[in-house]
This record gives sequence, structure tokens and C-alpha cells, in this order.
Amino acid sequence: MTDLLKINNLQIDFEIPRGVVHAVRDFSFSVRPGTIVALVGESGSGKSVTAQAIMGLLPAKARITGGEILFYEPNYWGEPIDLAKLKPESEQMRSIRGRYISMIFQDAMASFSQLHTIGDQVSEALFLHGNVSRKEGMEQTERMLDLVGFPNPADALGLYPFELSGGLRQRAMIAMALVCRPSLVIADESTTALDVSVQAQILKLIKDLRQELGLAVLLITHDLGVVANLADEVVVVHQGKVMESGTIEDIFGDSRHPYLKALFSAVPQFGMKDNQRLVPVTDIDFELGPLISDRQPWPEEANDDRPMLEVKNIYKSFRTRKGSFFGTGKQTVVEAVKDVSFTIKRGECFGLIGESGSGKSSVSKCIMRAYSPDSGMILFNDRGNIVDLAGLREKDLYPYRPKIQMVFQEPFSSLNPRMTVFDVIREPLVIHKVGDAASQREIVMELMRAVGLDPRFLNRYPHSFSGGQAQRIGIARALALKPDLIVFDEPVSALDVSIQAQVLNLMRDLQEELGLTYLFITHNLAVVDYVADNIAVMCQGRLVEMAPHSSLFKSPIHPYTRALMAAVPFADLHHPLDFEALMDGRMSDPAAWPGPFTVDPSNSQGSSLDFIEVDSEHFVLASSEFSGERVLRSVS
Amino acid sequence: MITYLIRRVLLMIPTLLVISLLVFIIIELPPGDYIESYIAQLEAQGEQANPELLNFLRQQYGLDKPAYERYFGWVTGMVQGDFGFSFEYRMPVSEVIGDRLLLTILISIATIMFTWIIAFPIALYSATHQYSWGDYGLTLLGLLGLATPNFLLALIMLYFANVVFGTSIGGLMDPEFLDQPWSVDKAISVLEHLWVPVVVIGTAGTAGMIRRLRANLLDELGKHYVTAARAKGLPGYKVLIKYPLRVAINFMVGDIGHLLPSVISGAELVAIVLSLPTTGPILIAALQSQDMYLAGSFLMFLSMLTVVGVLISDIALTFLDPRIRLEQGADR
Repeated sequence: MTDLLKINNLQIDFEIPRGVVHAVRDFSFSVRPGTIVALVGESGSGKSVTAQAIMGLLPAKARITGGEILFYEPNYWGEPIDLAKLKPESEQMRSIRGRYISMIFQDAMASFSQLHTIGDQVSEALFLHGNVSRKEGMEQTERMLDLVGFPNPADALGLYPFELSGGLRQRAMIAMALVCRPSLVIADESTTALDVSVQAQILKLIKDLRQELGLAVLLITHDLGVVANLADEVVVVHQGKVMESGTIEDIFGDSRHPYLKALFSAVPQFGMKDNQRLVPVTDIDFELGPLISDRQPWPEEANDDRPMLEVKNIYKSFRTRKGSFFGTGKQTVVEAVKDVSFTIKRGECFGLIGESGSGKSSVSKCIMRAYSPDSGMILFNDRGNIVDLAGLREKDLYPYRPKIQMVFQEPFSSLNPRMTVFDVIREPLVIHKVGDAASQREIVMELMRAVGLDPRFLNRYPHSFSGGQAQRIGIARALALKPDLIVFDEPVSALDVSIQAQVLNLMRDLQEELGLTYLFITHNLAVVDYVADNIAVMCQGRLVEMAPHSSLFKSPIHPYTRALMAAVPFADLHHPLDFEALMDGRMSDPAAWPGPFTVDPSNSQGSSLDFIEVDSEHFVLASSEFSGERVLRSVS
Repeated sequence: MITYLIRRVLLMIPTLLVISLLVFIIIELPPGDYIESYIAQLEAQGEQANPELLNFLRQQYGLDKPAYERYFGWVTGMVQGDFGFSFEYRMPVSEVIGDRLLLTILISIATIMFTWIIAFPIALYSATHQYSWGDYGLTLLGLLGLATPNFLLALIMLYFANVVFGTSIGGLMDPEFLDQPWSVDKAISVLEHLWVPVVVIGTAGTAGMIRRLRANLLDELGKHYVTAARAKGLPGYKVLIKYPLRVAINFMVGDIGHLLPSVISGAELVAIVLSLPTTGPILIAALQSQDMYLAGSFLMFLSMLTVVGVLISDIALTFLDPRIRLEQGADR
């Protein structure tokens, strides 16, 4: 046997109060030394459970009920060992775990103890498995940190995890998994929680390390873009079964299994035609009733070209007091939003993209007036009446509250678990005293049908729904008061791709049928390209570029937008990631942008920069000497 | 760190000032003063008080002065080490308290140690064997401990010690050492008696501690970093010791501030039942007879003990927890 890992007919069951769930049924696949095998599937497909079984880290309720996990490492043992037969806490299993097979987890912050230094935690496995002296071990640890790209590995040894940036934490975790030079590393969604720019760097790192250390990697992910850029072989799993497996060329070039085909057509791609629709694995049938779709028409004189919402030069900063334990502490001012202006036309979907910490959510909260902007105007078109929401007091805001509604990122945490779905959707109607109990019930039933859910489920609680259904409940709640503008804050980033397609399509259909205006906030560029008409890009509190979706992604001008584009992994073998274009992770540092885009960090107002129109409706943040035509020519 | 220490110590001054004010107000709240309750006491015994003597006493102790003057007199006196004069005992407060305060501190510290030593392994077992029979049994025992009033437990122990062993476990030392200067034999005798009040006072605290520690450990055990540590191949007990227990120690140290007041106030009743020579009985007697300087100074000492205890636990935490030590001014 030349396979490093060979899984034959693996079966894993979970005991739950109501019986037994077969989480993994008849899995078979193998990993050869030095290759990257991707285990692709959606949540609940059994991919993470398989990884836990290999590591001997299954939860207490799970049991391996059949099959074998053969691990063959000539340096360790002359013949293959069946890991499925080993007791998880046995000495033999422990001598393999961490030494020959290790794991990179999803959430680096949670996977480090905050009370132990990086050096301590990274070196731990080394001292456990290897017979090394303290000094030698720390040197090896330092070299490993150097290898994963720590700028000052010697200093990093003494740091605590919370002192590192997200990207460095992820690198430290990779170092922790690799410090014993294992022959197999399991990467469980290890880039899913990261921003695209950091994700691209980590992907590059995994690729480089594979070469350097001769690693085999079992990559567990649901992101086909990541798979296309890293994997040699692909195993597609669905509901505990292997659907299809083969080399990456086979799978991506000629996917035969309907599930995989469905998965591909559910992923938004760049440059889809405006009328092209995503094809979800299962479609949602929805039905609009008169109680929702009968909307008061706009008065005749209001039917002009004035925009739905106009945000003008808003600023928002936050004061934080750190280390108050040590006395007064140092007060820091974080400028979350700096001079942001944009307009949302009536009936369009306006996309706002940016990485975590870019200030995009702060902008949405200013529009919702959950925050009050420090300065600037938020002009809302209330059917011909232009109101500045930024200047209104809480009491005066009340009549405008129903007209702008919001859908949140985490479907479950935005629904009260102690309220039935009926109460959840009805709550806005109660707050704004719409109709009596009987008519409210009618409206709620209609809303359920409008998002494709059966009104018979109204008495259930949110936890009995899937993530996608819960998000649709959130949309139904947002529709209850017949708003004109809906703010979507990362509405699909917590959902699997096939569910994501369902929800995106539903959103598009509702917008069309009801004539709604959307503000769509996300960090996923392909998603925003699919739903949005106009897109603005935010970085470090500033808007850097704004354009119609067709021209933004075809001819991005601002270096940040370009770097962002370059960092998106495509689910397409002919379009691999260009790792050279990543600017070494400095792309989100305004001071590192080349002229004429450089932002002087000492000049926090950024007043020397202007929003310059380089093409029709295509704006970019640059200094005034910037000539749009020249750049456009150089781009094309 | 030094500036932090200085700042924290300076912060204790206004804290103690506020406490002293509250203590004074509470002691002044009941109508009358010591002299009046003294007269009442005399009259109850059928004697007549000498009005001249009473007036003299009033002047002597400053009871005729307005309240704020007495307050300032008391506070400034305390700063200089003069804690006032006990009416009841007719001697300076510091002499009345002396040994008793020392013994109170001794019992408090011993009780906290006892709480930790008992609670720690039990909580550890309960957390690692969640929902097992052992966990349920220990939980039941803990809840019993939590629900049993201290003084009742003290009475039961007194009774059984007498019936079964034929000894009296009241007091903190054998009678022959009472009012004797400190010696090795006396210290041994104190240690022999110490365990009874410590067990009695500690029981309730231990039960509460087990519950809190168990919940805390269970939280930690479910965290990803524990799985990550197991993924390195660490055996279960090493994972437990290095990670969740390490976190739990922070929690225990942080809990001192919570434990001290309850230990001290729980000790008062027990001290009466077991007739311990600690501050408890004397404090209650002083409050009843409105022996205000004695009561006030006692309360101040106990507050001081608590405030210092909290300070010590805070300082220990900064050493134990890098998040507290380092996150100051961290830029995220």
C-alpha cells in the first residue's frame, strides 16, 4: 500500500435522544503522501466528523460502527495501522496524533489558550513527541514560526495569542500543527473565517509548505474556489455519502454527479449576465398575497429621478478605553467611518463591500440610526419628502423606522429563541400598531408564504428551522412593515452555497415584485456582483471606489479593489490565484497604496484626496492630479 | 505596574472613607447612645444612675458633641492608631480587639484554604464526569452544604463531639491557655481547635465554590483550544491540568473578593455558637449595647480586611492573566 491514509467503508453513528443518526455512511477515499485532497461538502455532510474520526477526537456521542481508517507511515510502523480500531486515548493513538497527523482548526482565536504564550503552545507537541532539549525545541519552534511567515519569530515566542493579528494567529496555528513535521495535516475549514486577502495569503502558505515539507493535506471545505486553487484530488460528500471523487481536473472539468453539477451552478461567478440566475439545488416556491404586494403607490409628483437614499459625508468615530483595570487607561479614538458619501437609486440594489473592520457595518448602522453619525447627512426619500435621518431625534425617527428595515448576518442570533416564528414576524406589526390581531395573523401567514415557508410552521420556534429557513424568517420580518429600503448585512455569509443561492434568488425576486430598494453589505465579491447594480468598496472607513457592477469588476482602478479581486479564489482551474498580486498583505493599509492613491496617515481627514469620476458613474478615491483617462487606458 | 499598585492603594483611601461614613451612620441610627442604654440597663437591675456621673461620662466621651465632630474625631483618631475607647470594657478598643482580630484573620484564611482544597478536586471530578452518578452525588452533597445553616451545623458538631468523643470543641484553644501569652503549646492548641469552625464556616462556601468552579470548568472544557491541545497528542489529564485548570485558578483567585465578606459574616453566628474568641460575639454585644467606638472600629477592621483581600486578589490576577496584564492600550 502506498497510500498514506486509506479509508474503507467508514461508518460513524451519532446517538441522539430520539435514536441514531448515521452521520457518515460508507466513506471510502485515500490520501497519497505529499498530495492535497479536498473533502468538499456542505454542513451536515459528514466531512468534519470524518476528520475527527481520523484524529481520534470524535465527540462522546459519536461511534465508529464500521469500516477502517488505515494509516501507513513507514517511519513509524512497518505496516498500516487501523486508526478506527485504536482507543482514542490509547498511547499508540496519542503517539500518532500531533506527531504524524495534525490538524489546523477553523477559528485560530478560539483554538489557542489565551493564558499561554505562542511559543509555549506551538512547541508543546515537539516536547511531547520528540526527545529534544528545551533550547533545541525552542529553536525549532522559532524556525517553524519563521517558515510560516512570522516577521520576528524570536519575539513572537513570548507573545500571547490576543496580541497577534488574525492572519498571524492563523499562521501560528499552522506552525503549531506542523512543528513535529507530520506526514498528514487536516485543515478543517481553516480559511473560511478569514477575509479574502488573508485567506489568499494562507492558501499560498499551505501550498508553499506542502512543497517544502512534503506534506499531505486533507483539506476540508465547502468553498469550491479554495479547492480549485489548492487541491490535487477532490472527494465530494453529501449527507454522509461520497458522491464523486477523482483528480481535480476530472472533477472540475467534467463533473458527472448531479449533486456536484448542482453545486457548481449554485455558486455565483463573476461576469454573469444580468438575467442569468443561480440554480439552487432545490428552488423555493413562494407566493405573494395582496396584503404584502398592495403597496401605496408613490404620489405623482414624487416619481422623479431623486434617489432613495443619499449619504453625504458621514463620519463616525468610537472612543474606547483600554486597560481601565490599570487605572484611567488610554483613550483611543477609532475612526470607523471617514467621509463616506454615496447614493442609492430607487429600486436598485446597492452593494457595499469591504473586509472586516472596514466600517461597512457601521455605515449601515448609521443609516438605521442605531448609531448617530458624528457629522454628515443621511437623506431619505420618503415618497417625495426628503428627510435628513442623521439630524432626527429618536422620537421624530419613529415614523421612518418602518420604511427602512434590516436583515442580519446570523440568522439564529437575530431571532429570539423564546418567541415562536409567529411572534417574531408579528412583532413589528405590534410595535407599529398595524391592524388588529386577526388582520395581523393574515399578514403573518402571507409573509410566510412570501418567503416560501409553510404557514403551518408558525407555531414552531426558530431552532427547529435550518439556517436558510431562519434567514427567510428574518426576511419575512423585514417585509412586515412594507419598507421601501431594506439593509442586508452579510445575509448569506453564514449559509451553505446551495442555500445561499436560494436566498439570493428569493431576495432578487422579492425586490422585483415589490419594487424594493436594497443596500447589500458583504465581503463576498462574487455574491455582490450577482445581486448588486452599483457597488461601493470600503477600506479602513473610507470609500475607495464606486461603480456599476459590470465596470467595477471588469476594470477596477483602485489598488485596493484590484488586490481584493486578485485575492478571490475562483472555482475555475483556468483562473488560478495570482499570489504575486497580493501586495504581501499590505493592501488594506492606505499608506501603502501607490500614488496617486496614497493616503497620508498623519492627515486623518484625507482631504487631499477626492472622489474622481473616471468613467460614467465610476468613481475612485485619488489625489486631484490623478487623470482618469490615463489610468483607464493603462488598465485596458 | 508600580504606578498601578500605588494607584490601587490610593484608591483604597476613598473606599475606606466611604465605608467609615456608612459604618458611623448605621451605628448612630438607633435612637439614644451608650449612656442611655447604660441607664436602661441599670434601671432594669433596680439601681439608680448618678446623673452627675452620667454627665461626666457624656463629656468625657464626647457624646454631647454633634455627630459630625464625633465622626471626624473617630476617623482622625483611627488614622493615628487610636481606635477610641470601649464604654463597656472601660479600656481602649485596640486592647479589647487585639488577639481576637488576629484569630479572626487566621480563621478566615484557613477557611478560604479549606474551601479551595475541598472544592477544587470535587469540582474537577464533577466537571470531567458530568452527569455521572458521582457528579450527581457530589452535587447533592454540595447543595446540602449550601442549604444547611452554619450555626445548625455548628450545634450538631458540638453535640456529637460531646456525645461521641466526650470533649468540648467550643472555643479556639484549651481553657488553660486563655489570656495566656502566646507560646508553642498555645499555638498547637489553637490548631487543634481550629478545624471545627473552619469546617463549619467553610461548608457553605465550599458548596457554592464547587458549583461555580464546575460551571467554569465545563465552559472551558468545551472550548476549541482544549480540542486543539488533545490534537497535539497530549493525554487527557495533562490537557486538563495545563489548560482548563490554569483558567480555573484565575477564577479562584478572583473569587477571594467574593469569598471574604461571606466568610467573615458567616463566621459571626458560628463564633457565638462555638464561643470562639474571635471578633464575632464581641461585635454583636457591642452593637447591642451601643458601644459605638468598639463596634465601629471592629467593622472598620473587617472592611479593611476585605478591601485588602480584594486588592491582593486583583494584584495576583494581573500576574496570572496576561489579558489583564497586557491588553492595556492594545490596538486591535
